Amino acid sequence: MSLYKADGAGDQARDRANADVIRLGRAPRGLRGTVVGISVLRGAAASEGEELERRLLEIGFVDGASVEILHEGLIGRDPVAVRLDDMRVALRRREADAVLVRPLAGGDN
Amino acid sequence: MAEAAVLDGTLRVALVGNPNCGKTALFNALTGSRQKVANYPGVTVERKAGTFTTPSGRRVFVLDLPGTYSLRARSPDEAITRDAVFGRLAGEAVPDLILCVADATNLRLMLRLVLELKQVGRPIILALNMFDIARHRGIGIDLERLSRELGMPVVPTIAVRRGGTADLLQLLDRCASGQTAAPGAGTWREPTAEEVRAAHHTVERILKTCVKPPVRPDTWTTRLDRVLLHPVAGLVVLLAVLFLVFQAVFTWATPAMDLIDAGFTNLGAWVTATLPDGVLRSLIADGLIAGVGSVIVFLPQIVILFFFINLLEDFGYMARAAFLMDRIIGVAGLHGRAFIPLLSSFACAIPGIMATRVIDNRRDRLATILVAPLMTCSARIPVYTLIIAAFVPQRTVDGFVDLQGLVMFGLYAAGIVSAFVVAFVLRRILWRGAAEPFLMELPTYKIPSARNILMGVVLRARIFLRRAGTIILAMMILIWFLSSVPGAPAGATDPAIDYSFAGMIGHALQPLLAPIGFNWQIAVALIPGLAAREVAVAALGTVYAISGTGDAAVGTLAGTLADSWSLATALALLAWYVFAPQCASTLAVIRRETNSWRWPVVAFLYMLTLAYGAAFVVFHAASALGG
Repeated sequence: MSLYKADGAGDQARDRANADVIRLGRAPRGLRGTVVGISVLRGAAASEGEELERRLLEIGFVDGASVEILHEGLIGRDPVAVRLDDMRVALRRREADAVLVRPLAGGDN
Repeated sequence: MAEAAVLDGTLRVALVGNPNCGKTALFNALTGSRQKVANYPGVTVERKAGTFTTPSGRRVFVLDLPGTYSLRARSPDEAITRDAVFGRLAGEAVPDLILCVADATNLRLMLRLVLELKQVGRPIILALNMFDIARHRGIGIDLERLSRELGMPVVPTIAVRRGGTADLLQLLDRCASGQTAAPGAGTWREPTAEEVRAAHHTVERILKTCVKPPVRPDTWTTRLDRVLLHPVAGLVVLLAVLFLVFQAVFTWATPAMDLIDAGFTNLGAWVTATLPDGVLRSLIADGLIAGVGSVIVFLPQIVILFFFINLLEDFGYMARAAFLMDRIIGVAGLHGRAFIPLLSSFACAIPGIMATRVIDNRRDRLATILVAPLMTCSARIPVYTLIIAAFVPQRTVDGFVDLQGLVMFGLYAAGIVSAFVVAFVLRRILWRGAAEPFLMELPTYKIPSARNILMGVVLRARIFLRRAGTIILAMMILIWFLSSVPGAPAGATDPAIDYSFAGMIGHALQPLLAPIGFNWQIAVALIPGLAAREVAVAALGTVYAISGTGDAAVGTLAGTLADSWSLATALALLAWYVFAPQCASTLAVIRRETNSWRWPVVAFLYMLTLAYGAAFVVFHAASALGG
């Protein structure tokens, strides 16, 4: 079971409650951590949120997967290339925002 | 399909796998040249099928399905994969066997898909491809245990090595004699997010028990990516690669293109000399040979372009190019994956439009299709060259920039900028809404396989030639008919095209084109130019009754044009050609790819409006400035 549901409501309250959990889309290059869940930000239609959640899951953003931000694009440091377990995935920060990550202790490179 | 009837007793196999798993390489290794590419009826997805014979003599029919991570289809490609495994495709029988192809060095996502495929209720084999690379890296895979865990036969393959499919062939023989049962019941439905999570956890457990992590992990990908994905160095490398590809497409292709051109010219001359004068001779020489020749002459460019595209794809660079370009072309609302189709369109919009199939989102794909023809394709070059040679003096600006080259560069830039503006209007103003996620795997770099690249290039060349022989041929005949019927009356002094339907249309159109500075000769030349843009050059030659062929004709024609057109008219025609929907083949391919007449009509009208507007502005501005 995931820790977070993709209903989009109460995002901020939950983010505050889990101060050590950050959104992958807001993380700097070099961040290492563990995926703890998917939570699509408010603003997207419910069906789109559900769709994005499943696509992220299908490509491997599952609870427990290890991630590291390897590279960033030139404009707006977007998109990002991340190491996800033993593979590499490129995605925009907008999509990466839905991925909740617990950074490794002292893991800021 | 007719094939189904002749395939009694044949084992029907469907190839399913993630993108980049080497599925096509395995398909090539199994079928060799016994492949057939067609389109599925009613949709735009290519159907790649082939046959081969196992050691025991059983015939096997293989369907290569588009790569996917899930049976939950989002793009037209993935819908085909889903429908094919369920046997829901019209004219396609249910497969006897699903052959899953996994990259042995990257099993995780494929095993998740395999678990989903078990619910389809068909027998399944899992082929662990690139097994040699996995072994080289010291990845230990317990095949027997994996087979037990998954409930299906598992076999290692090395698609790129001779004999690398021997084990698979033997296994297929055993399966054909009915020893493989379906590992699950036919209970598939779209998995929920929770079920996807649960499946991932099952895969994690299977991986822990059956696969030992690599002893010597791949470090090349990390090292290369440090440069190739670097925000600055990566873009510099990408530009250098693009520059090289362009150089190759435009300079390496020239000798071969000249050869083809000369071949068709000689063939036409031979036909003209051999056949008696008449309609038949005109149809064969002017309609068929000249018309089809004018398209086939682009074959070398298409071959070279696809050689590079396949090479970079096989190497693993294409996903990186999309990564680097995503935000840059994203300014115009285009998706990162639109980059390759737009790049291809510089050679010819037809392969470019076909390459948009990789874009999942319908609106992203339509926007890319609609702007692809604005990229300066090589068919515009003869027209640009002719007019520039006639009207732009050959001198250098600021001591080193060639003025003619500068105008040429300006025309290319105008095409790119207008494509971005149109895409911006489409995606940011007309079709607003959530952007399609950009989410793609970056495969590890691999040494490209010469055989795969070659087979890919041959495939593209065959598709292009087949099109030239069918739809383009039909268009050519139509345009030849308009340009030569009715024939000139006896004793006529003007060129025959004046008396034809094309001439009549040209004269009728002339008042409409007068505001943009076009005379009736241009109006007449625009009609055969619909067949292919560069045919307009030949048509201008005809209406100005220039004799001679090849470069000599262009040289003389340039002189004639310089005498008879104003500079404003010439510039207006250049502006017209940047935008004009002057290519029946492109419109036909848009019709086929979108499966509707609506989009070719939209493309035609918007490009015509832009062409007219641009020519109008340029003509009047140049006239006012004393052109």
